Amino acid sequence: MGMFMESVEIALHALFANKLRSILTMLGIIIGVGAVIAMIAVGMGVSQKVTSSIASLGSNMLIVRPGAATTGGVRGSAGSRKTLKYEDAQAIKKKIKDAQYVSPVVSSSFQIVNGNQNWNTQVQGVTPEYLQIRDLSVSNGSFITENDLATRNRVAVIGTTVSENLFGEENPVGHVIRVKNQPYRVIGVLESKGQSSTGQDQDDTVIVPLTTAMDRLLGITYVNMINVQVVSQEKMDEVQSNIETLLRQRHHLVGDKENDFQVQNLTSLMATLNETTTMLTLFLGSIAAISLIVGGIGIMNIMMVSVTERTREIGIRKALGATFKNIMTQFLIESVVIGVIGGLIGVAFGIGVALAISKFGGFQTVITIGPILMSFSFSVGIGLFFGIYPARKAALLDPIEALRYE
Amino acid sequence: MEKPMIELAGIKKIYYVGGQEVAALAGIDLNIKQGEFAALMGPSGSGKSTLMNILGCLDRPTCGSYKLDGQEVANLTDDELAVVRNKRIGFVFQNFNLLSRISAADNVALPLIYAGVGKNERKERARKVLDAVGLGDRADHQPNELSGGQRQRVAIARALVNDPHIIMADEPTGNLDTKSTKEIMEIFEGLHREGRTIILVTHEPEIAACASRQLLVRDGLITQDAGKGVKMDVV
Ligand SMILES: Nc1ncnc2c1ncn2[C@@H]1O[C@H](COP(=O)(O)OP(=O)(O)OP(=O)(O)O)[C@@H](O)[C@H]1O
Ligand SMILES: [Mg+2]
Repeated sequence: MGMFMESVEIALHALFANKLRSILTMLGIIIGVGAVIAMIAVGMGVSQKVTSSIASLGSNMLIVRPGAATTGGVRGSAGSRKTLKYEDAQAIKKKIKDAQYVSPVVSSSFQIVNGNQNWNTQVQGVTPEYLQIRDLSVSNGSFITENDLATRNRVAVIGTTVSENLFGEENPVGHVIRVKNQPYRVIGVLESKGQSSTGQDQDDTVIVPLTTAMDRLLGITYVNMINVQVVSQEKMDEVQSNIETLLRQRHHLVGDKENDFQVQNLTSLMATLNETTTMLTLFLGSIAAISLIVGGIGIMNIMMVSVTERTREIGIRKALGATFKNIMTQFLIESVVIGVIGGLIGVAFGIGVALAISKFGGFQTVITIGPILMSFSFSVGIGLFFGIYPARKAALLDPIEALRYE
Repeated sequence: MEKPMIELAGIKKIYYVGGQEVAALAGIDLNIKQGEFAALMGPSGSGKSTLMNILGCLDRPTCGSYKLDGQEVANLTDDELAVVRNKRIGFVFQNFNLLSRISAADNVALPLIYAGVGKNERKERARKVLDAVGLGDRADHQPNELSGGQRQRVAIARALVNDPHIIMADEPTGNLDTKSTKEIMEIFEGLHREGRTIILVTHEPEIAACASRQLLVRDGLITQDAGKGVKMDVV
């Protein structure tokens, strides 16, 4: 053990004697380790964002959208986006027994005005079940009712962000806001939900009855999508195919005519996306790992130069009684020390880059201990592996030939 | 009769230069007893250094037998030879061979590292031998801050630090002026009086005259073996 610490000391001395070269050698490792950590943090960030943004839509969700399934990124024509009707949603609710909540939605962006205050936001036309399906609650006032829907009432439920921007501290319930120059009475304020996992402000919204939005605001006869919450995970596939059968019937699609709608299963979508993002993480990680190996070759290169340069030193040490093991250890420790120091700086560098991406790049990176430990041990291993050849070369030198070296 | 410390029989060293054999040593037979002070003389290229390197276990002969304290050196592994160099032989080179980036004391302590001696004891012993060669006040100097004579004294201190029975020196005064030469030779004579075996290569008859035995090497063979004070015909 004493001998080992001795060797570490000799190695540190040698590295210190050649500061610039040591730092340049470490740079390869620093960049490699840093890149692995930062890239994996980015990949895991993307993965987590995808997962949680899907999860935030609720569990056991099916989403029915108008238009044929896109193939190869080609969207259906504009006309095909009008195929989904409010009545389709009502039929799903009525005829499919395991569809617990059904929520058709239309949405569009509008300027909302209260006196001399105005605010641009997304206006959603929904039915009462939207409250359950999105797990919302009203903190003040009430939500949209079946009655509002039937009579196409001009009423609105607003999020806290909209409330603050239009009313400040005042209680907005009972006041009238103007959307597209039409007066809407505020009947409720949503409980604040804060930011979504994607960084969206979930409180920046105005909710009106679906029928009001379709007829009075947008002048359309179709809905943008229908959210369906299924009673349980096991029923997902069954409900999905039942919806497809029902809608084909309702849309008079016979024979092998293509669907003019699509039903997405969020759970299976999530599994696919998870696979993709895992691939992405692995891909980023392995590209970065290649730079680590390049860094290792840099260590080997410098160690070879160092052994040649110090041939006389090796000769002197051997003449004074250093064994094969002594010299081998001395040079191996030197390259492992490069791996350790470079690895430590690289870890700090990688964490710094990941944090900087989080702060300035506008999306969350995920730093976990796994990639840090892995890339650090990898860099130490690389120091060891790429040090073996030069160290062996040094240890095998013949003392007389080494002493004669100019 | 007492067994000799060093027994050489038929030692040859053949080099191959450009496909041609060069016999640096052509079959040396030589015994050196414990406590002797032997001076090797001979013209340049006669094979003195080659012989010293073999005696110092730095190099191996092409053929022949070398017994050190009765043990056949050819049978030892490289690592065992390293131990012999470390513990039993102190070697002094013509060009000092000090490590330039560490202090005189650290240079002297180097063999102790490989002998497994602890740090504090190393420091203490290095100071002691530096004192003995009169360089106690220069312990913290780097080699390039010392004169040639001082460097050679550091090298001698290093050769002595593990308390070896044999001191070997290849032209230890070859790079030194007369005054330094005298100081160095006094050290060697002192070591001889302490009872150590000394083998030394020199070109100067005055130095050889200090030795108890003079050996003349010529063309890889020992051609003359004489006692103290005999005038050798080196040319
Ligand atoms: N590595 C080598 N390769 C080839 N020939 C060598 C080698 N080392 C020594 N020789 C040859 O062996 C012979 C003896 O050399 P050595 O160095 O022993 O001479 P020396 O007596 O020490 O001379 P000097 O007094 O000049 O130091 C010389 O002819 C030299 O050319
Ligand atoms: Mg010589």
